[in-house]
Amino acid sequence: MTTATGGVRALAWIVARDDGRGGTSLPVLDGGGPLALRRTRGSGAEARVVLVGAMSGPLGGDHFTVEADVEAGARLHVGSAAATIALPGQNKGDARYEVRLSVADGGELRWLPEQLISARGSDLHVTTRVDVGASGRLVLREEQVLGRVGEEPGRLSSRIRVSVAGRLVLDQELACGPGAPGGWDGPAGLGGCRAVGQLVVVRPEFADAPVAARVLGDGAAVMPLAGPAALVSAVAADALRLRGLLDEALESLGSV
Amino acid sequence: MSRAALLVLADGRFPAGGHAHSGGAEAAVKAGRITGAASLEDFCRGRLHTAGLVAASLAAAAALGVDAVALDGAADARTPSPALRTAGRKLGRQLMRAARATWPSAELDDLARRFPKGAHQPVVLGVAARAAGLGAVEAAYCAAYESVSGPASATVRLLSLDPFDATAVLARLAPEMDRVADRAVEAGRRVVDDGVDELPAGSGPLLEIGAEVHAAWAVRLFAS
Repeated sequence: MTTATGGVRALAWIVARDDGRGGTSLPVLDGGGPLALRRTRGSGAEARVVLVGAMSGPLGGDHFTVEADVEAGARLHVGSAAATIALPGQNKGDARYEVRLSVADGGELRWLPEQLISARGSDLHVTTRVDVGASGRLVLREEQVLGRVGEEPGRLSSRIRVSVAGRLVLDQELACGPGAPGGWDGPAGLGGCRAVGQLVVVRPEFADAPVAARVLGDGAAVMPLAGPAALVSAVAADALRLRGLLDEALESLGSV
Repeated sequence: MSRAALLVLADGRFPAGGHAHSGGAEAAVKAGRITGAASLEDFCRGRLHTAGLVAASLAAAAALGVDAVALDGAADARTPSPALRTAGRKLGRQLMRAARATWPSAELDDLARRFPKGAHQPVVLGVAARAAGLGAVEAAYCAAYESVSGPASATVRLLSLDPFDATAVLARLAPEMDRVADRAVEAGRRVVDDGVDELPAGSGPLLEIGAEVHAAWAVRLFAS
């Protein structure tokens, strides 16, 4: 981590490797400051890592990068100790949060962080890039909450790109808050909902047996993508209800 | 280039099947999210800046001669709802029939051969614009306009909204359509140089979710 005049630059990097004895080792577990990492007790072959935010942020001008590489046959679960809160900063300019994930053939990544909360006056761009090998597996959850309780949201834009075996299966951008293109909170966007989220699930067996499209009430849908992947997209009044919808959807897809 | 060809292509009476689709308005009306002119405008504005911008950028890139297979794949990745992917291809197939009859061209024939089940509508629109002697700007305008004119005319039928009010909504959105068309043409030009990752990817969560809710109904007035 370095502190430059423009804000904090922080990098966290995880590499998960098949240890050859039915488990997963973590030859690289580098993080610090706002992106501290802790290895916790995993289950079975899966290694488990928790992102522990040791500072608040990202604030305006900060640039965080988290990278995780799951090698062939390794299994990694990444969670976070608490929600991430985007806040306005002393520094001018927007904040950036970049997530780069790769899952090699036969590897599995469960990326299940807590919510990202966009506080009033903040301006954050999140980009998530995931490359999954042909026989890799992924569960990725992304939840955004617009404003703390009773608060106006900040500006938040989030782009996610997921490719499987080199082919892009999902490319989506969501922009909301003050200064976002018009209509973001209207009947085609969030419809007044203050929590929005998605789950991306990649499994090789979806190539032959794609999930069936299905709706969960008025605010969520399970959708097979054009490729061996599925997306659950949901909007809800608050973070708790959103998590309920995503949990229900994940359960309906069966265990990984 | 004949500018009048744009009027032919963008005319709501051009027989490309668009009248059977509400652009998500039917689901939004049923859910109580569109109740009149003001909420229709908010819906159209949201659609214009997300799905509309993506469609206009795809159309602009196709009109500039970018490979249709790459554009069609990019459209798939930007359309998570399977109901919307199906509707997009169906509309593409119908537009293909009308365009080949209207502006016969080897490029349209080639596209039809490569996509027997239909390519995404904005891709076909861009190639049709080329066949009509139009450019990226016209293709982008056509796609941007269609992204709001469809929901507006569908809402006239769904809510018995005054057609004058619906048309006034479209007129108020005109300056934003200009900006979306400009951005789409810029994106289309970047795609020529740097590939389809340069395409915008804006999404409206309730457009995608609503399309799936709509597809699950037993009876509906519009196909999407």
